[in-house]
Amino acid sequence: MIAQTLTTNDASAFVDNPHAAPEVTKALLYLDGVSVSFDGYRAIRNLSLYVAAGEMRAIIGPNGAGKTTMMDIVTGKTRPDEGEVLFDHGKHDLTKLDETAIANLGIGRKFQKPTVFEMHTVADNILLAMKGPRGPFASLVGWRNRVQREKIDSVLETAGLIEHRGRLAGEISHGQKQWLEIGMLLAQDPAILLVDEPVAGMTDAETEQTAELLRDINRQHTVIVVEHDMAFVRALDCKVTCLHEGAVLSEGTLDKVAGDERVIEVYLGR
Amino acid sequence: MIIRHLFARFDRAGLLFMLIVGAAAVLVPLSNLLLPTASPFHVPTHVVSLVGKYLCYAILALSLDLVWGYCGILSLGHGAFFALGGYAMGMYLMRQIGPRGVYANPLLPDFMVFLNWKELPWFWYGFDMFPFAAAMVFLAPGVLAFLFGWLTFRSRVTGVYLSIITQAMTYALLLAFFRNDMGFGGNNGLTDFKDILGFNIQAQGTRLALFSATAVALVLCYVLARWMVTTAFGKVLIAVRDAESRSRFLGYRVEHYKLVAFTVSAAMAGLAGALYVPQVGIINPSEFSPANSIEAVIWVAVGGRGTLVGAALGAVLVNFLKTWFTTGMLAPYWLFLLGALFIGVTLALPKGIVGAVHEWSDKRRARRKAAAPAPQPAEQGT
Repeated sequence: MIAQTLTTNDASAFVDNPHAAPEVTKALLYLDGVSVSFDGYRAIRNLSLYVAAGEMRAIIGPNGAGKTTMMDIVTGKTRPDEGEVLFDHGKHDLTKLDETAIANLGIGRKFQKPTVFEMHTVADNILLAMKGPRGPFASLVGWRNRVQREKIDSVLETAGLIEHRGRLAGEISHGQKQWLEIGMLLAQDPAILLVDEPVAGMTDAETEQTAELLRDINRQHTVIVVEHDMAFVRALDCKVTCLHEGAVLSEGTLDKVAGDERVIEVYLGR
Repeated sequence: MIIRHLFARFDRAGLLFMLIVGAAAVLVPLSNLLLPTASPFHVPTHVVSLVGKYLCYAILALSLDLVWGYCGILSLGHGAFFALGGYAMGMYLMRQIGPRGVYANPLLPDFMVFLNWKELPWFWYGFDMFPFAAAMVFLAPGVLAFLFGWLTFRSRVTGVYLSIITQAMTYALLLAFFRNDMGFGGNNGLTDFKDILGFNIQAQGTRLALFSATAVALVLCYVLARWMVTTAFGKVLIAVRDAESRSRFLGYRVEHYKLVAFTVSAAMAGLAGALYVPQVGIINPSEFSPANSIEAVIWVAVGGRGTLVGAALGAVLVNFLKTWFTTGMLAPYWLFLLGALFIGVTLALPKGIVGAVHEWSDKRRARRKAAAPAPQPAEQGT
């Protein structure tokens, strides 16, 4: 209990102190000693992860490793039992904010199961995602009614959905929904994108295109990708973190992680 | 330019709806006044008042559709907002009676004299002035909805739990208004109205004017609701209805959107109640009864949820049926019929009447489009 209080105090000291630990100030996203349990099951155990601005990071790990839970914690869906989650070089404590506030800080998320607004057209999905004022009055009489068609179309071009702009999002294919959701992230223009299994259910050609799209996005945004597909992770060509039982097992280049004894053991079983 | 901009917001059903209700606002009073009683086009005064009552229900249905159809808030307590608007109007009408009451007290309404009250309770102040009462018609339900919504939406109470709480709210108000101590006439409510804005409330001209005012109010409420749902605001409402948590992850403050929609909707329901009271001549606590609110939900479901026009149509249609049934020998079976109607519509027309028509015309258009470039035998789709 005392130890926990101490760490909390340390966290606030970091935030206020310009000479905070270099990991905090260097990292766009900083998770340290994070734990969370659901009904006694410890989904995340003392997880620490630092992601620098401009980085692309792939998170791999077997089922139940805590990948999605980690994203839930960062985006405010789940509150950690302990540990710190800081954003933007330690300026914001994400454990104290809700989903809306975190999204507005510039953290965008794509879900494992593509989640788009099915009763809206593809173009309206992008309109709703578009970065800008999001209050009721901005939507009623203001900004969001004056978004130019060209702005929406340029996002749809990038996501390869321009011919489908007038269709209902509920009617397009699974792969197209995945892209639409990535397109919505682009329109949202967040500082960091959390992308959960973007190529699940895609063909090889679509997977390749998606990897290209993400590399393209990475030129201006920090990206964290959770993925099972090793060919896809290799195509991303970035630093890899392997999670297991809620903690970091191994970190480094894909070759280093894939060659790690413990990683092999986890994936192949004992 | 502004007019064209406004027109672009309405679909064909909406324009037709406004045309019909607008025409009724003018033609019904004219027919009542100018045509001889024997003419088949003559609308008798009692029918004018009856249809006026239906139109009040249509406004209530419209307000419910705004929150239920577009934002997924199934309110089972909208009758409370309707009744509060009605009470605000009723208090104004009570104070207009002045010394013409049975007890001839210049200040106190009859029921207060009867209860041996010596002075007017503070919350009755100001209701002798129409502008004040008119403001309270919107404010009383609006403020209640704002407070209620602020507490529930912020705690993320949704779905069936929210519905149950709205139901509890109207039931609590029902019990409160039944009490004589509340100062709203207890179980008898407010009645025996004499005049409104200086005109005799029973007079034919006043009744016709109230009818026209209700029809105009219905069109204006439709324009407001339609405008709200066709702006980006409406798109966010639909997004919240279909994927609330996704909207949060996009950065929308979901509770603020719900709160605006719920408050506007409640004020609209209050207006409906205020127009209803002078036309039926009474307001009592039974208007708060949960069954009334549930009936309003059935109107919207029958007409077509999320279509606005459908909600208004459903309200008029179901109430017409109700009048027709409850005045004949089938009267004891009305509630069975209402229940059967609800089940039947849910099973056979899940999108209601207007929703089904929309779907049918969309399908026909798609089929025609598909048939146009390559004239193949039209597929008999189900």
